[in-house]
Amino acid sequence: MSDTTTEFLYTTYIRSTPQKVWDAITNPEFARQYWGHGNVSDWKPGSKWDMVRGDGSNIVQTTGTVLESHPPRRLVISWVDPAKVADVSEYSRVTFELEVIGDVVRLDVFHNELKAGSDMARGISNGWPRVLSGLKSFLETGNGLNLMCAKPKAA
Amino acid sequence: MVADEDKVFKALADASRRQLLDRLRRKNGQTLSELCEGHDMSRQAVTKHLNLLEEANLVASTKRGREKLHFLNPVPINEIYMRWIGKFEQGRVQALHNLKQALQEKDQ
Repeated sequence: MSDTTTEFLYTTYIRSTPQKVWDAITNPEFARQYWGHGNVSDWKPGSKWDMVRGDGSNIVQTTGTVLESHPPRRLVISWVDPAKVADVSEYSRVTFELEVIGDVVRLDVFHNELKAGSDMARGISNGWPRVLSGLKSFLETGNGLNLMCAKPKAA
Repeated sequence: MVADEDKVFKALADASRRQLLDRLRRKNGQTLSELCEGHDMSRQAVTKHLNLLEEANLVASTKRGREKLHFLNPVPINEIYMRWIGKFEQGRVQALHNLKQALQEKDQ
């Protein structure tokens, strides 16, 4: 990690199978239920992927390229704001790793090559803990909480 | 190893461990040596605290070469948050928090 970039590692343990966790991330129908967004791609290396808002607007929130894909164990994608795709310095990288430990799946999400102090770095450090606890709840209880729709409003 | 809530609360019930989490919040991905710098605690004590934090899944770690890097993992804290603060309370709780922070900043 250099001084100009920052990185984050998030981990959660989910009572499920790697295939179900993989599907929950890569199948937009599932992701919409706990993420509030669907991740759309054929998940083949070199393919484009889009994070599409689940509110019916179909606005692309984040986009990028599939860099590595080994279902259901490892997925590496590039990650960029669709308004900034022309600027190489705006691209970061997300690695999902799934490992079976006993009767649970350990999911690691490593987000690196982020511009230090950027809105994206702040946004993802708020977002990932919510997405991962939503994912865990969705797979373990069937209740996704739909956290991303719960935007705090001024009281 | 599944982190249960008891482990999370026990891990958080110690000022030194909360301090370590604060340090990772300021600078994520630190080695043991970095985390020992400027700390009154022995290397041994820091190692012990980090192990407890890792067992509670409040710290996630990864190996890079010969080094082990430690990251703040707030996912279990978010689960606790979601359990007692539903989506309708979020706004009011956030407003009270902001008010408290603003008033305390004024006092300083």
